[in-house]
Amino acid sequence: MLRIARRGIVVAACLALVAASSACSDEAPSSSGGGTAASVPGVTDTEILLGTHMPLTGPAAAGYSKIAPATKAYFEYVNANGGVNGRKIKYLVEDDGYNPANTQTLVRKLVLEDKVFAILNGLGTPTHTGVLDFLKTQKVPDLFVASGSRSWNQPEKYPTTFGFQPDYTVEGKIIADFVKKTYPGQVVCHMGQDDDFGRDSLAGVEQVLGADGVKEKQKYVTSNTNITPQIQAFKAAGCQVVISATIPAFTALSLGTAAKLGGFKPQWVPSSVGADYTTLSGLLGEGKVLLEGLVAPGYLPVSTDTSNPWVQLYQKVNKEYNGDAPFDNNIMFGMTVGYLTVQALLKAGKDLTREGLISAVESGGFKNAAVGPYRYSASDHSGIGGMQMGRVTAGVQAAFGPVVQTDDGAGPVQEYTEAPATPTGNGIPSA
Amino acid sequence: MSTTKVRPARSPISRFVTPRPTGPRRGSTLLRHLLWVAVGAVAVYFVSYGIDPFRNYQLATVAAYLCVTAGLTMLTGLNGQLSLGHGALMACGAYTVALAQNEFSDRGVLGAWALPVSLALGVLVAALAGALIGVCAARLRGPYLAGVTLAVALVVPAFTTRFAGLFNADQGLSVYVDPAPAALGPYFPPERWQAWIAIGAAMLSLLIVANLVHSRYGRAFKAVRDDEVAAKLAGIHVARTQVLAFVVSAGCAGLGGGVLAVISQSVSPSVFGLTLSLNLLLAIVLGGLGSLFGAAWGALLLVLLPYLTTQVTRGLELSPGLANKLEGNLPLAIFGLTLIIVMLVAPGGIQDAFRALGRTVRRRF
Repeated sequence: MLRIARRGIVVAACLALVAASSACSDEAPSSSGGGTAASVPGVTDTEILLGTHMPLTGPAAAGYSKIAPATKAYFEYVNANGGVNGRKIKYLVEDDGYNPANTQTLVRKLVLEDKVFAILNGLGTPTHTGVLDFLKTQKVPDLFVASGSRSWNQPEKYPTTFGFQPDYTVEGKIIADFVKKTYPGQVVCHMGQDDDFGRDSLAGVEQVLGADGVKEKQKYVTSNTNITPQIQAFKAAGCQVVISATIPAFTALSLGTAAKLGGFKPQWVPSSVGADYTTLSGLLGEGKVLLEGLVAPGYLPVSTDTSNPWVQLYQKVNKEYNGDAPFDNNIMFGMTVGYLTVQALLKAGKDLTREGLISAVESGGFKNAAVGPYRYSASDHSGIGGMQMGRVTAGVQAAFGPVVQTDDGAGPVQEYTEAPATPTGNGIPSA
Repeated sequence: MSTTKVRPARSPISRFVTPRPTGPRRGSTLLRHLLWVAVGAVAVYFVSYGIDPFRNYQLATVAAYLCVTAGLTMLTGLNGQLSLGHGALMACGAYTVALAQNEFSDRGVLGAWALPVSLALGVLVAALAGALIGVCAARLRGPYLAGVTLAVALVVPAFTTRFAGLFNADQGLSVYVDPAPAALGPYFPPERWQAWIAIGAAMLSLLIVANLVHSRYGRAFKAVRDDEVAAKLAGIHVARTQVLAFVVSAGCAGLGGGVLAVISQSVSPSVFGLTLSLNLLLAIVLGGLGSLFGAAWGALLLVLLPYLTTQVTRGLELSPGLANKLEGNLPLAIFGLTLIIVMLVAPGGIQDAFRALGRTVRRRF
């Protein structure tokens, strides 16, 4: 009996202790008032804390793992030149391995524990979709998501989330418009990933070509690498142009499988997501000759175009702050995200608040390495709206033709005539 | 004729299980366990007020895993059946809860009763799947059993892709969850509410498993694990006992998966992949196989170990070139190293190490 009593006392004492230490009640978060800078999460007089989730390991790491280090390197460059309004940017990168369960935990950690000011450039449709509701409830700016899903452009439902790259429907329309003009009368087919990526792309293509303009439609899943049936179907349908919404591994697989079948040589037009020449030639190895003549759209200057001032700037930053990592389009992507972020932070002004940053992005008008316009406004949270086609000639990917822009609805595909922007003096945007 | 004594064939798993002296206890088992659960629930209730939202989220995740590890440690530690497919059973629960919750919200019939009903449906579906696997499992032994459950773990992504219209392939579904009741105040953190839900579920699983273990069935489980022939001779229906263990364990996994879906408000196949199944097994072995306290240690490790390794690596100052190479890989290396060290230092798991420590202390004083 004595033992039970002793145990009871111990338990009761512990409970009393815990209860005493937790006496504080739930007060309204003081930061939402938007008063002094000291009360804004992640912002001090000397520092701005940003966070992201990226696949540094796992199936999607190839290529994509280079994005966050590039963004970080650009921030280091800005910090070394005085930072943004005297504040240095600190960028916390969490590896989610492209697993949505990890993303859930890591984004909560970034927001609730590390208290970041904003989430920046979180990569992946399945991964980022899962944290939209959480970020909305926490009123955290969710900037420049690295995926072309249209989910990021829902200002009514997710007022703090913004896209970055052209969404897959815009891209589908631009590709279809190019195909219609360049290969008139040819049989057009579509290959798509079985998720938002493939579905949104096909919607854009059919918007331009009409539902009967696409003869054969095939889908694939990343977990099944045998796509011979799909390619057979294209061959049987007599496809002459195949538009594909595929990630790099499946662009390479499509080209390789078609070559193996023999007697089937359509013009491939993959999405920009799966068309980086450096990545594809690495995947195909000896078979990289298949890439000759590949046509694909892009929304940034091509990394091999060393005459472009943006490429020159990024190469310099890459050398000094990124350990001179092999320079490719992923680094172009990461640095442009960094540049755009600095532009938005400058626009939000000295008294940085979360609300202020969101209205700064919504006020739009950003110009940087992107070839087309940024579409940000209070009613539009989608990213870049323009693209330029590129072609592989003698092992070099280069852009050609006009920059064109469109929307994700029924709007026309038209030429974008504004001259491309160039970086200012030292490559750091000014207010 | 050989004079050496022939030892009865024992399950290889019993090597990892430390037998505990279980003296006769007085009083009602149910009452004692209910008391423990009540004390635990009250303690955690106060703790949830003392910690910040992110810790509450971690607490909720630990509780969700605890539902699963409690059932799994009973299946593997007490009944000797190795399952590599519990991640898939969690997926059954999680997808059922997701579909049920979304159906409820589409029809606008949400109320306080909706979530418990969804979770109960999740448990039911997982238990049915468990019964199916259990019937197969009862015919198989050792590596063959592991093979079948492994196949179950691998089938989840294929299944969600094949029926993409319902499960939305790799992208998964988002789960509608009612916000915390308004009576708790406008600034009540949603994470604390989630922690309460998860802890309620964990306490329920622990209560059921603890009672089962101390009942006639629990003794039958152990008898079957130790020697099937002897158990048969004692009048125990071996296959039925094994199926029962599998069903209860699957139900717990379904509950854990459902709670996980509620906490994260989303489900997708990659969450419930093979890695999760292997991690669950790892957790119960590290915690201490066959003990419910061990299951709790295991659940805690599943959440804390990845978190701590990331924290440790972030503290290191590295050059950009080296950081590019190590980022993402270093936590994995530290994780693996920790596992090796724990298994070398405490082969019986953490709970066993604590028991040994307790014995030493008692002997000294």
